[in-house]
Amino acid sequence: MSSTSKALLTGAIALALVSPVLAYDFGRPATPNEIALWDIDVRPDGKGLPPGSGTVAHGKQVFADNCAACHGDNGVGGIKDRLVGGWGTLASDAPVKTVGSFWPYATTLFDYIHRAMPYQAPGSLSSDDTYAVAAYILHLNDILPPDGKLDRDSLPKIKMPNRDGFVPEPEFDPAELFRKK
Amino acid sequence: MTNRSDIPVEKRGANHEPAGFSRRNLIAAATGLVGSIVAGRATADSLADVPPREVGADLGGHSERSKYVKISRIPEAAPGKRNVDPSDAINSKTPIDKLFGSITPSDLHYERSHSGVPDLDPVKHRLLVHGMVRNPLVFNVDDLKAMPSVSRVAFIECTGNGWENWKKADENLTVQNTHGLVSTNEWTGVPLKFLIDLVGKNRNSTWMLAEGGDAAGVARSIPLTDEILDEAFVAYGQNGEPLRPAHGFPMRLIMPGFEGNLNIKWLRRLKFGDRPWMTRWETARYTQLRANGKATQFQLRMETNSVITSPSGTMLIKPGYQRVTGLAWSGHGKIAKVEVSTDGAKSWKEAQLNLPVLRKAQTRFQMDWIWDGKPTKILSRATDEKGNVQPDRKSFIAAMGTNAMFHYNALQTWSIDETGRVRNVLD
Repeated sequence: MSSTSKALLTGAIALALVSPVLAYDFGRPATPNEIALWDIDVRPDGKGLPPGSGTVAHGKQVFADNCAACHGDNGVGGIKDRLVGGWGTLASDAPVKTVGSFWPYATTLFDYIHRAMPYQAPGSLSSDDTYAVAAYILHLNDILPPDGKLDRDSLPKIKMPNRDGFVPEPEFDPAELFRKK
Repeated sequence: MTNRSDIPVEKRGANHEPAGFSRRNLIAAATGLVGSIVAGRATADSLADVPPREVGADLGGHSERSKYVKISRIPEAAPGKRNVDPSDAINSKTPIDKLFGSITPSDLHYERSHSGVPDLDPVKHRLLVHGMVRNPLVFNVDDLKAMPSVSRVAFIECTGNGWENWKKADENLTVQNTHGLVSTNEWTGVPLKFLIDLVGKNRNSTWMLAEGGDAAGVARSIPLTDEILDEAFVAYGQNGEPLRPAHGFPMRLIMPGFEGNLNIKWLRRLKFGDRPWMTRWETARYTQLRANGKATQFQLRMETNSVITSPSGTMLIKPGYQRVTGLAWSGHGKIAKVEVSTDGAKSWKEAQLNLPVLRKAQTRFQMDWIWDGKPTKILSRATDEKGNVQPDRKSFIAAMGTNAMFHYNALQTWSIDETGRVRNVLD
């Protein structure tokens, strides 16, 4: 993108004018090993998914132990976000946004559980347990069969029911959007 | 009425005061607003009743707000779920009906936190900058403070601001309830561009993941447009002091004009890539469901907006002189004008803007009004320097539906009945 390189160039000039010091006067190099500790993000194409795997059956136990207290026994009826159901409600007066009815990417489910759940001890689930509980939540939503299993190869291939339910804002311009409708 | 919005209010002469202006009327009108402050302005007002001067309290290391000023944020668990147990709150709203000018006191800046406020020791906190870069680097707070800095007054607004009024209007809401998820502070920090130059970003990197050090590890994908490259910065200062913990101590991203959620607090990682990551917050959470069941994604900029903060919901006014005042802001740039209607949007008058009017910062507006005591409706309408006009509610809902939850910027209408009671209404 030429605008980016132009901006980079401008930035480099500004840096040269403002600060005569060398780059390593600020901060220190990050080592590959420590980057790996923090580099947890997962993209829709599967980049960032760790090794390991988990089954729906094992996920049922992980869910009962770690998730059901807030999300309900079957991902419904808990004190926090509902995870299951809501199909066909998005265009109604009372939309129910769940993993099954709304989330566009299964990779996002893995990423979110892995970084943020369970609420009181985020990051405490192993990669295997995270694959398993993601598989179980997808099973509850009829996206995976009872004998389903997930790993870094199969997870990105799942097409979520609402994958095509999102429309990006053109150039982040609400006025354009407003005129278009 | 002449447009005098370019003249600083404090420089206008006394002749600007309208006929019928009197301090007593002003105080009467204001009692609903700041009753605790002007308490005691009763009937038989005499200087003889003013307490004599006396030696004051000892000087301290820092000063507290007056005990006579009752002012606080309101924690909220969801639209309509207010004054909840703090452990259930997901946000806390700024009392914009009780503030002056355009800067929000640091302790009253609205807050949206996804997993509480972490207790981060700045000595141990680190920022990792990596991904598509030549030199991945780790910075601590002292590193940032040693770099060239910028200071900028900017508003931050939660995309949920206004979410009370999507489907219905609770007539008992205050403007703190309806519009308390926006605040303006001066932020100080290091330009994102400076960090980008230090790590040597690959020219093919067009998106950046910003991640917080809170328990939830809140993360958002940010497109590296020229505007964002020019304006984003990593802040460590807030209104002249280190960031408050609730607002990201010891460091946070500031993205002037963009969704509050993009201003990642407790920043601990910036990763450069070439596409968005599709995190939970930019897919399942901060997307706007339209009437057809499709959701708008990456509606990143905050819209042109304004609200009258006085008179506003639940206040009681008396016939006669009113100082109509409020706040306007736009993620597109400067506020160009604010119009006020005191007849239910039939006619509009241009309000005065308090200077300075800054890009992507809240701007205070005010206007004189004599209320004749008849029921009416008042509202404000902002226009920004790019020509964006705040939409009326009917057009807005026609375009957005009522399920979007986020990015509500329709005109706010306050209805006033014959007793002077001010109520929240849809239009």
